[in-house]
Amino acid sequence: MIWLDTIVQGILLGGLYALFATGLSLVFGIMRLVNLAHGDMIVLAAYLILVLVTGLGLSPWLAVLIAAPLMFALGWLLQRVVLNRVLGPDILPPLLVTFGLSIAIQNALLEGFSADSRRIPNPDLEGASVALGPVTVGVMPVLTFASAVLVIVILNRVIYGTPLGRSFRATSDDPVTAGLMGIEPMKVFAVATGIAMMVVTVAALYLGTRANFDPAIGPARLIYAFQAVIIGGLGSLWGTLAGGVIIGVAQTLGAAVNPEWQILAGHLAFLLVLLVRPRGLFPRARD
Amino acid sequence: MLLETRSLDAGYGRFRALFGVDIRVDAGECVAIIGANGAGKSTLMRSIAGVLPNAPDMIRHRGEPIGALSAAAILQRGIAMVPEGRKLFPSLSVEENLLIGGQKRRGNGQWTLDSLYALFPILREKRAMPGTALSGGQQQMVAIGRALMSNPELLLCDEISLGLAPVVIRDIYAALPRIRETGAAVIVVEQDITQALRVADRVYCLMEGRVTLSGTPAELTREAIHSAYFGGHA
Repeated sequence: MIWLDTIVQGILLGGLYALFATGLSLVFGIMRLVNLAHGDMIVLAAYLILVLVTGLGLSPWLAVLIAAPLMFALGWLLQRVVLNRVLGPDILPPLLVTFGLSIAIQNALLEGFSADSRRIPNPDLEGASVALGPVTVGVMPVLTFASAVLVIVILNRVIYGTPLGRSFRATSDDPVTAGLMGIEPMKVFAVATGIAMMVVTVAALYLGTRANFDPAIGPARLIYAFQAVIIGGLGSLWGTLAGGVIIGVAQTLGAAVNPEWQILAGHLAFLLVLLVRPRGLFPRARD
Repeated sequence: MLLETRSLDAGYGRFRALFGVDIRVDAGECVAIIGANGAGKSTLMRSIAGVLPNAPDMIRHRGEPIGALSAAAILQRGIAMVPEGRKLFPSLSVEENLLIGGQKRRGNGQWTLDSLYALFPILREKRAMPGTALSGGQQQMVAIGRALMSNPELLLCDEISLGLAPVVIRDIYAALPRIRETGAAVIVVEQDITQALRVADRVYCLMEGRVTLSGTPAELTREAIHSAYFGGHA
């Protein structure tokens, strides 16, 4: 029964990794942009929620509702003012710019909040748990996983069922021809990054309530997000969830054998999947 | 006058493809651009559609300079293009390809999904399939329908018969009168001279980036076209 418990905890942890990865996957899928500052954006959003909770005395849930549109605006501006200027046939400029952005965000947070580790207070649900059949699980991990599923369901609805999503797919296929349809790719990219930052805000809530965070932990979240996206196959959001779950389960199984093996087991699982399925589990038909 | 180019120079980077091209299109007119491979026909279409940026004054629409406008802004002015090679969006179904063409539609023109399915009935049957799963001729119908969905007053058709069987080409050109009935002007770029002369009110022949001949199909002799098309003296 201990193994079943470990696997369930791992699946739920996978929901958190999927939340880290979904925004990254969305942006990469639409504009082939690898945002190396994605992890730091999550940490930035966590501090934003922390400020709203501790400064204004809001509940974390209400704080997310306020932080999400602010992060959308930030993502929109970032894309319009900075990232749109470096997109092009050469993939190096966006990598350099987002790498620089990552360092700038980390240092700004360090300046503003010091290197002390913080946590978003969540007294109502912090220790709460429910019995799920034979295993007992925390309420917050269950909410994390449910949020990941909900975010992916909503994003898929938007992508496959709305004019905006049609513009996303058309621009991703062929930005020049999309222009002939009256679509302005640069505006579409700005909206996509804005939406990705709203997903980042949801990820930040669970990152910040689940464990301590400090300004320097962004890059490691980025690695987990990358691994989830690549295991799942580029361009498939459900694949990204599967990728998150595989890393989560590998980590909790590794930790159950020896606590020192938690992180290593996740990376080994990633390498193993790449050996067997180099294009990920659910690759897009064409790229 | 609906559209004119004035001494249009255009190219890609350091390569120049058009040298001082002057053409004009009146409202409701069908103009054919003929010429061999590499004559600059597609460059001319891409310049008008806003895919290739130019000096503002080199292209005028209803008297206003539009040479430097983006493709999206050109579409808003009522100029839509069927690009060479069809360029359907592979991630979109046939119907979604049509819908995206109408996403920024102007006013309440008469082109809707229903009127397009009436024009090309086969597309109604295939509407849920990925656009790229269709035959070449059917894909060309989708590409034309996609451009029509914006209710253009000028439709640019770049090499719509390229790579298609003669019987399929006939089917596609059979839609042209219906399109012109809406009052839209059409520019067709063609390598097939016979086809071009059959449908056009006026013809321009391009060779090596310059207009070498223009006139109505009745005015042009075989010899004149031959010499304008291939160069040299017939």
